[in-house]
Amino acid sequence: MSNHNETQNDSATAWGGKVSPFSTSYGKLMMWFFLVSDALTFGGLLIAYGFTRHACQVAWPIGEETFNSLPFLGHGYPLLYVALMTFILIVSSVTMVLAVEAGHRMDKKGVQKWMLATIIGGLFFVGSQAWEWYHFIHGSEFGKIELADGSKAIVQGHFGEIKDFTVVEAGKHHKKGEVVKEDLLHQFHHAIEHGKLKNDTITLHDGSKALVHRAKDEHVVLVIKEDGAKYKTGQKVEAGADKMYLEVINSGTPHRVIYGANLKVNEYGPTQYAQFFFFITGFHGFHVFSGVVFNFLIFLKVVEGRYHRRGHYEMVEKTGLYWHFVDLVWVFVFTFFYLV
Amino acid sequence: MERDDIIEYSLHTHHDEATGVDLRKKIWKVTGLLTLITAVEVIIGATIHQDHNLWEMVKWGFIILTIVKAFFIVMSFMHLGDEKKTLRYVILLPYFVFILYLIFICLTEGNAVHAALKSIGF
Repeated sequence: MSNHNETQNDSATAWGGKVSPFSTSYGKLMMWFFLVSDALTFGGLLIAYGFTRHACQVAWPIGEETFNSLPFLGHGYPLLYVALMTFILIVSSVTMVLAVEAGHRMDKKGVQKWMLATIIGGLFFVGSQAWEWYHFIHGSEFGKIELADGSKAIVQGHFGEIKDFTVVEAGKHHKKGEVVKEDLLHQFHHAIEHGKLKNDTITLHDGSKALVHRAKDEHVVLVIKEDGAKYKTGQKVEAGADKMYLEVINSGTPHRVIYGANLKVNEYGPTQYAQFFFFITGFHGFHVFSGVVFNFLIFLKVVEGRYHRRGHYEMVEKTGLYWHFVDLVWVFVFTFFYLV
Repeated sequence: MERDDIIEYSLHTHHDEATGVDLRKKIWKVTGLLTLITAVEVIIGATIHQDHNLWEMVKWGFIILTIVKAFFIVMSFMHLGDEKKTLRYVILLPYFVFILYLIFICLTEGNAVHAALKSIGF
């Protein structure tokens, strides 16, 4: 802190290699150098993302359209979930500063308390990221559709709930007249992707055919994302949109609807977006995870009393630097993946 | 092996309870600020869309707010503001020189590739 420079040295000891020109210990300095190199890695990745985005020919996904869900509450909450994640990470950064501050007062109980809070915050963040990935991979209820003129559109509105499938033609497992009530949305999506839904009749995994009972979609709007013969990118189609949507999913043609994102297809936009999303948020999530592990190991030694015997809590400060860095990277990921 | 000729800088970072009270006050202030900035960003992000005519301004606003947040995290939470000036520059200057150049060259090239692909009707 501010009293770094209080120790006076004559030139003899200074030239003897006794002092650091930065008035900082070796360990902290090396942590800073590591963080600079890690920051260059993340900088390079984000700039590569920027390059791809600028070079890309089709519409780039928009944050508030792509990430608009909350656990248990469904869709229609743009950016709220990621805001919550950001808040969790900021708070866990704060508890880490408080742990470092307690260390400077040799307050062992304080360090323990705040480090434990930091670890819990970190675990919550990693868990939230897992949910975010799960959601991104599985996609929306509607999916992205290819219209009759070749244009592609994402669908907004309220998806009609699937009530059940009534089997009309027996297969290996299901008998005629049986009513299927489980795993409906997943089977529904799978069938549509493979062109196995026609005239509201779905062909299930075992070859049986069933009638789909589904509530009407409401407030359907198609937002065009790729040009076709009739519709152009950016256009919004409202009149007759619900009928057009039903026509597409009932066409019985495979690959006209895409759900979610992976390394090959992406409901929200170009596949490069998903690749960068997985790589950068994954690399960041790995940093968070390893940060939690480091924090936990140091926490155990704090509890054991090792740093108290040593006379200073510099290890907490060093792992703290790493932890703040993770927060710092997230600030940039948040802006470039979700906001702009 | 214990060496007594090396300055143990870690021992000079201790402070008393009174300083601690001040420091904690500052930490909570910075926390409030970071939370406020994030909240403002999310509200603007959810209300002003990319087809809005203010979008270009909003976009630059987001980038500036991000740098403000980064500044507070590095200077306050990571205590770089309390370190010696030389250390501050050794860390920040090479980074900024390199990263600004990389941003410039990659985005320029990205735009050029975009134009080239478009001209051949990709």
